Amino acid sequence: MIQSIDWSLVDWSRAQFALTAMYHWLFVPLTLGITWMIAMMETIYVRTGDPEWKKLTQFWMKLFGINFAIGVATGIIMEFEFGTNWSNYSWFVGDIFGAPLAIEGIMAFFMESTFIAIMFFGWNKVSKKFHLVSTWLVAIGANLSALWILVANAWMQSPVGTSFNPETARNEMTNFWDVLFSPVAINKFLHTITSGMVLAAIFVIGVSAWFLLRKRETRLALRSITIAAIFGLLSSVFVALSGDGSAKQIAKVQPLKLAAMEGLYDGTEGAGLVAIGILNSKEKRESGDVFAVKLEMPKLLSWMAYGDPDQFVAGINDFKNGNPGQGILSTGEKIQRGKVARGTLTEYKNARAAGNIVKSDSLKLVFKDQVFLDTYFKYFGYGFVDDVNYYIPNVPLTFYSFHIMVILGFGFMVFFALILFFQARGELPQRKFWLRIAPWLIPLAYIASQSGWIVAEVGRQPWTIQDLLPTVAAVTKIDAGAVMVTFALFAVTFTVLAIAEVSIMLKAIKNGPKNHGGTK
Amino acid sequence: MKILTPFKRIFRFYFDGFSNLSSWGRSIWIIILIKLFILFAIIRVFFMPDILKKDYKTDNERSRHVLENLTTSVSVTSELNSKL
Repeated sequence: MIQSIDWSLVDWSRAQFALTAMYHWLFVPLTLGITWMIAMMETIYVRTGDPEWKKLTQFWMKLFGINFAIGVATGIIMEFEFGTNWSNYSWFVGDIFGAPLAIEGIMAFFMESTFIAIMFFGWNKVSKKFHLVSTWLVAIGANLSALWILVANAWMQSPVGTSFNPETARNEMTNFWDVLFSPVAINKFLHTITSGMVLAAIFVIGVSAWFLLRKRETRLALRSITIAAIFGLLSSVFVALSGDGSAKQIAKVQPLKLAAMEGLYDGTEGAGLVAIGILNSKEKRESGDVFAVKLEMPKLLSWMAYGDPDQFVAGINDFKNGNPGQGILSTGEKIQRGKVARGTLTEYKNARAAGNIVKSDSLKLVFKDQVFLDTYFKYFGYGFVDDVNYYIPNVPLTFYSFHIMVILGFGFMVFFALILFFQARGELPQRKFWLRIAPWLIPLAYIASQSGWIVAEVGRQPWTIQDLLPTVAAVTKIDAGAVMVTFALFAVTFTVLAIAEVSIMLKAIKNGPKNHGGTK
Repeated sequence: MKILTPFKRIFRFYFDGFSNLSSWGRSIWIIILIKLFILFAIIRVFFMPDILKKDYKTDNERSRHVLENLTTSVSVTSELNSKL
């Protein structure tokens, strides 16, 4: 199979999935974050009865509505792609995706659809309190919808709570709670939703700063900034904490990704964290000269990954060549073990095809043997490609994406603190420099958010399911030309949607808080 | 008849909401409907079929097809036996 694989098909299929996922992610984080702030504003309105807060709530609700409406269902294309471009993968994951995605579908439909309708159509038709409860439920529902998608993604990063059934060639869920509460899933969920909150806070401050600079809606803008800056600062702290939790999980389940994130080629005890750095060319990196320039904080990587500043952190070469002293298998050894696992599956398939029930039954039992699972099947995916370099992710893309995300993330934290400080002193309208900067931080927040997903997904290449299924085995053997056509189709469709979103959003912002909700 | 009242009220709620959409609300709904049409009536139907559902009738056939894809002529059972 591998000998005949069309690599351009794999690359185009990956590019297509990346394109749709990244475009989809343009719409999601604002929805995740801004709903909480809208709920807070409406809570203040209900408690104080001040109509200014209602006006404010309705203005941000309108922007949320535009973003939600244009983004809704853009994720469905990824489900289409599973069936068309990644059919081996979609079959192999079995019911692992089925359960979370079904729950997500039901939750999205019933919670979001019902309560969003009340949010927009329900002003003056339902009681204030019922409307407020609906707004909070939209915020909770939107974030819980994300939970199920992220649980499915976390399983791909760290497949737990399942067992492989050779008879059906599918993974079967053995423990739903292990899948739901896997530490990777919990950290991923918290990190993702809090990063959405930071993005939304930057968005609210940026738009409000624009009003302040034009001396329009000053009172509303200042109130929005207060809510957003407090919310953003708290969210930033949680992003940093959940990011730290994610790093510890990555060190445990995807240590090669961690090495790529930090450009660490040779493992060391007391590893330093590269705060800023410029990588050398691939040839130089592989010969030991990794960085042209770097600013490193001593021992911080060891501490970040293991909570111990002197702990050994493995580098890319440790995984490539093995490090027996640290108990790290070489990629070559993993390839051999993967081939054993695949060979056993082949034997099972042949025995079943030949009607040799005794042999096929005994081989089926091998897939329940814990020694076999831990020693061989754990590396099943390594049995597809012999080149050890195939298993190393794109280091520069992972490294730079990680550092852009972290630097921007900390920058936003400082920004929120400064804005709150100026606001507390009543100086914000005079701080023109910071007000001018604020709208330009909105695209940077999107860049930080996209960078996070690049780290998560590019950093774990070549895997669709960690150590079990590489992209080359997951892809459907269809014509690469067909994938190119759909790539272009999606690129055009999503670009039109993004342009529509930005233009409608800009128009709504320029109009300001005049018309409420979605009705006249 | 009384049981219909809540449904009537819900229907009325949505009907009034959609009838009184503001101009931006209408634009958004037009975009949503066009998007859903493109996604489900064009992309899904003509470009993105579920290959396994299209080409194979039963789950058994699908699993055999994927099993075939996941395996090749690799045969290292002797190595497995020596290591287990």
